[in-house]
Order: sequence, then C-alpha cells, then structure tokens
Amino acid sequence: MALIEYRDALNQAFAEEIERDPNVVLIGEEVAQYDGAYKVTRGLWKKYGDKRVMDTPISEAAFIGMGVGASMLGLRPVIELMFWSFATVAYDQIINNAGQIRYMSGGLINCPIVIRGPANGGTNVGATHSHTPENWLGAIPGLKVVSAATPYDAKGLMKAAIRDNDPVMFMENTLLYGNRGEVPEEEYIIPLGVADLKREGSDVSLIAHGRAVLTALKAAEILASEHNIQADVLDLRSIRPLDEEAILKTVRKTHRAVLVDENKPFCGVSAQISATIMEQAFDDLDAPVARVCSLDAPAIYSPAVEPLQLPTPERVIEKVLKLA
Amino acid sequence: MPKTEVRSTDYANAPINENLSTEERVKLLREMMRIRRFEQVALKFYNAGKMGGFLHLYIGQESIAVGTVSLMGDNDHVITAYRDHGHALAVGMGMNECMAELYGKATGCSKGKGGSMHYFAPDKNYWGGHGIVAGQTPLGLGLAYGIKYKGLKGAALCFLGDGAVNQGVVYESLNMASLFDLPVIYVIENNKYSMGTSLERSSVVDKCLAQRAEAFKVDWALANGEDVYEVRAVTQQALERAYEKSRPTVIEFQTYRYYGHSVADAKHKGGYRKEEEIERYKKQHDPIVIFKNRLLAEKAITEEQFEAIEAEIKAEADESARFAEESPYPTVESIYDDVYFEVDRQTEAGRTGRFFFNN
Ligand SMILES: Cc1ncc(C[n+]2csc(CCOP(=O)(O)OP(=O)(O)O)c2C)c(N)n1
Ligand SMILES: [Mg+2]
Repeated sequence: MALIEYRDALNQAFAEEIERDPNVVLIGEEVAQYDGAYKVTRGLWKKYGDKRVMDTPISEAAFIGMGVGASMLGLRPVIELMFWSFATVAYDQIINNAGQIRYMSGGLINCPIVIRGPANGGTNVGATHSHTPENWLGAIPGLKVVSAATPYDAKGLMKAAIRDNDPVMFMENTLLYGNRGEVPEEEYIIPLGVADLKREGSDVSLIAHGRAVLTALKAAEILASEHNIQADVLDLRSIRPLDEEAILKTVRKTHRAVLVDENKPFCGVSAQISATIMEQAFDDLDAPVARVCSLDAPAIYSPAVEPLQLPTPERVIEKVLKLA
Repeated sequence: MPKTEVRSTDYANAPINENLSTEERVKLLREMMRIRRFEQVALKFYNAGKMGGFLHLYIGQESIAVGTVSLMGDNDHVITAYRDHGHALAVGMGMNECMAELYGKATGCSKGKGGSMHYFAPDKNYWGGHGIVAGQTPLGLGLAYGIKYKGLKGAALCFLGDGAVNQGVVYESLNMASLFDLPVIYVIENNKYSMGTSLERSSVVDKCLAQRAEAFKVDWALANGEDVYEVRAVTQQALERAYEKSRPTVIEFQTYRYYGHSVADAKHKGGYRKEEEIERYKKQHDPIVIFKNRLLAEKAITEEQFEAIEAEIKAEADESARFAEESPYPTVESIYDDVYFEVDRQTEAGRTGRFFFNN
C-alpha cells in the first residue's frame, strides 16, 4: 500500500473515474490550469484536457446549475466549490434544483452530480469562509452528504459518490489535504451509508465525522494512556444516508456516547445523532448523550482564538471524564 | 477605442485637479505611499508567521483607492471586496488598528474577529471588507438606496474585481440601480486576473467590462488607473451624475497587482503570468513612481521631501507592527460578543430566550 496525501487520494479517484466513464467531467474555479486552489486536481487538466477538466468564471450559481442540468442528460459532473462556504451563492441550484427535481418529476429525472470542496473552520479565514454546511445540506431530503476523515476514505467514498445516481455533497477539509494515509493500489469503493469503527474500546463511544474523527482519536489515546478509559471511535463517513445501526451498536456496547462535531450545536449533525440514540437506544444509556461542538458563534478570525472555537481533544476528554 | 478613453496626460488640467493645492497633491502621493508601506510591513510579518489566513495585497493598485476616496464628501460611502487594506487606509483608518486586525488582536479594527478581508469603519463611511466575491455589490446598491431614501446628496462607491463581474448579482444590481435611479458607482478594478485566471479566460469582452453597463442604460467609462489624476477626473464625473441626476455609473480602471492573488499564490510568477509582464508594470506603470515624477516635474515636491515622507511613513508602519505585536489577543469568551446587538446591550429582547447553544 502506498502512503499518500488526502488530496492525492481524491485526485486518484477523479482520474480513475474519468478513465472509466466518459460522462465524468470536473468543473470549477481554478480546477484545470491552476491545478486547483488546494491542488486537489493537480495534473488532471494536463492529462485529460479541456473537455474533462474545465475552468469556470466566478459564477457559482451558474456553473452548479449547469452541472445539475447536464446531469439530467446523464453527465456526471464533479463540481468543485473552492470553499463549501461559497455554496451560499448557489443555494437555489443545490437545494431547489439538485435536491428536489427527482421528487417533483415523480422520479422521471435523476441528478447524478457531485458537489465537493473544503468545508471547515480552523484556518483563520473568517466567518464567511469557515462554514461547515453538512448539517444544512443533510437537512434536505433528496441530497446525500458525505464527509471523509482519511485519505483511504476520501478515495473510496469519492468513487462511490461519482457513481451514485443522486446528488452527493462531498465535504473535504483544507486541514486534512496534506495528511498522509495508506491507500491500496487495487481499486476499492466505500459505499455511502457505512460508518467505520476507527478504534475499539468498551467504556465510551466517541462518534464523529470529518476532522473531528481525528480529534476524537487523539482524545481516545489520552483517555487510554492517562485515564484507563477505552473509547470506541466511530467515524460516520456518511451523514445522509446515515449508518444508524453502527451508531446503535457502539452505544449498546459502551452505554455512553460523546458526540464530537465541528458543526455549531444548534441542529448540528450531532443533534440528529443524539436524537437517534435517544429514540432508539434510550434504555441502553448509562448517562445522557454529551456533545462537543464548535463554540456557538460565527467563526472568529484571530489565529490565537479560533483553534479553541473548534472541538479539541482536551474538551472531549473533559466531557468523557464528566460522564464516567 | 472607447470614446471615453483619453490619454492620461490630459488629466492634470481636469477641473477637479487643476485647483489642487501643492499640499493636496502631495497628500495624494503620500496616501499611496502609506498603503504600499503598510502592506510591505504586513507581508514581512505575515511571512514571519504573525498572522493567519489569507493576505491579499493591493500593491500596484493604490492610485484607485486614493484617487476615488480623495473626492468623497460626508454623504459618500465606500464598500469593497477582500483586497481592502488600501481603501481602508484611504478613508482614514489608522495603520495601528489595521495592522492589529491582521495579527488577530483585540485592538484591531474588527477586534480580531474579521481579519484581513473584513475591515470596517462605518464612522468613516467605510462598509468593508467583504470575502465573498461580489457579495458587496448589492450592498453598494443598498447604500445608494439609503442615501437617496434619506434625501441626501451623496453616492455609494462600490469596488469590485474583474473576476467579480461574472456573478449574477452584479447584473441584478445594475438593473435595479438604473430602474430606480440609484446613485451607485461601481468601480471595477481590472487587474487582469482573478486568482490564476486571466481576463480572457473568464469573461467575454467586447470593448471592455464596463461596457456591459450599456445593457442597463447605465453610463460607463474605461480609464487608466495608474494615474491618480485620471482616476479623480473620471470618478468626479460619476459623482456629479450621482449627485445631480441620481444616476449610476460603471467605471473600469485598468490596473495591476504586483503580488500573487494572496501571499499563498505561488504560481503568479512565471505560472499564469510571465515574470516580464510583472516587471513591465512595475517599471512603466507604477502609480507611485508615475505620480512622484509628475509632482517632481510640477515642482510640487523635491527629492528630499519625498525621502522625508518615505521615512515618516516607514516609522508609522513599523510602529503599527509594534503596536500589533504588543496588543492582547481577544479572549475566548469574547467569541460571543458582537453576535447580537440585543444580547450585547442586555436589552429586554436580549434577555428573553436562549441565544447560544453550548453544552
Ligand atoms: C463566491 C466566491 N467564489 C470564489 C471565491 C474565491 N475567490 C476569492 S478572490 C477570487 C478572485 C477574484 O478576482 P477579482 O474579482 O478579479 O479580484 P482581485 O482578486 O483581482 O482583486 C476568488 C475566485 C470567493 N471568495 N467567493
Ligand atoms: Mg482581478
């Protein structure tokens, strides 16, 4: 297995799917000649040319709407938002068009589009650039939402997303792009809707998605070495569809859940997970479900303070110790 | 060639320029120099790791902010995008609060909350500093609407880039500006690139970008942004149109940025643009060099005076870095300040119901 960066794992997924399916096309700002603002698409334009890798003007509403329209004819556009935060400019196209067209046509029209890009705080780019919209989009029946924490997952999930026949919103993270991880040479696909137990324990379940998984893993290590507490760390990987079985299974095993979530708490992904546990595993709980989310205010710029606005291993540990 | 384009050498005699006192002329130069020095110091400390996020430098474009803002009266307002340091200093914001904002300090103009892209000073009619491309353009329309609604004689100057012109909201705004006779002036700072994309690769252009205004029966002008006299003369016409007829204008200034899109843009030299191109602009089109030479020729300034100004400004910029360095960071608790007016003031409304949902 090769040790490669998260961005290159995505890059491999694009290259393989471009070669496999002539309908796959990459579209977005600076994705072609500039190699992507975060170098996720580097080399692809050179290799596959203008037809398969296309630069656009700064017109998110138009190029996402264009992708939705083309997907109705069977193309499989993979559209980059330089930041998921810019989805606000294209919200109508994403929510009303991509999200509702299948339903409103009584199932006559499909929309096999992928919209992707970084969706994270923590890089001191201010409130307008630091949104984590997986909960906004997960709230829309018709859309699927995926969030990858590791290079391995990023590649496998992206390939599934591109082959999926529904609109998939793929959440990446600028702080993860440079992370390295093992990715096999042979082809693999990770189906949407399957969570991954990233660490096995017996005392508490840490449930997270995206970069918060790494925060949970760090916390779990410290909990084990310093407090003799063994944590399960469950990576949701996919927000909608959601692997409820995996959530219930870990909670039934440990009887305690701490949800780690870079969303703001109000209707964050963890709020839905919490409701799920309450509704379906209430009798298995030895303590109320606890959450560690981003502090509930717009993202602050200050580089000294912003890191503390996001969930930290320390805050996770504190929460776990309170439950024990 | 568009009818509005005139050789830049004509503009010293424009009515708005010919009566400028020596002091006023020197001030124009000085303000451009302040912006450049401020950003050079900011770049130094950005590279030293004192700041986070992005740093978009305005160096090369100073004549536009300084020239336009120099015409502003009490009822004129300014709003721009994320490349906002130049406009901020031009409206009179202090280097200290601007530098401290870059450092993310509590003494910054936005208390360390907004960063480089989000400077604001409503007391100076300066409404930001906006990070979402073209997001400021309907706000500019709104400032103009507000000015007119209040019965004031003023204009809203709304700056945008050559890349921003391809957001749909720009055209929705232009249509409304014309339909409702709103005194907004859209100033396109055409520095020829939007990130790594050249104008030719992002926009269909007939004569120029500003010409798109014709579709909405909005007056427009294309001008050379490197000459601060020309910037003033062309902007003055638009201001008069706004004051007297409450009509909008689109002005496109040709300009150039010397640095990358942001400091992180490694490809700007020899990647999407040739190094010779950058050098050519620096040598032949630098707004500060051009205006300095003009003032030397006009005998408005001597080489010694120029150097004295340079020294003063350097001291001011260095001092701002010291101020920023020594200032405190915001506290973690301050994250919750400035979210809601009612909560900050602890009014009845701010004490009713739960506002923040931490667990
Ligand atoms: C809606 C939106 N899309 C994309 C971006 C990323 N972005 C920031 S600046 C920029 C280029 C803008 O170029 P231009 O309008 O020419 O202004 P300049 O940077 O040259 O001043 C891009 C693509 C953004 N901030 N907002
Ligand atoms: Mg530009």
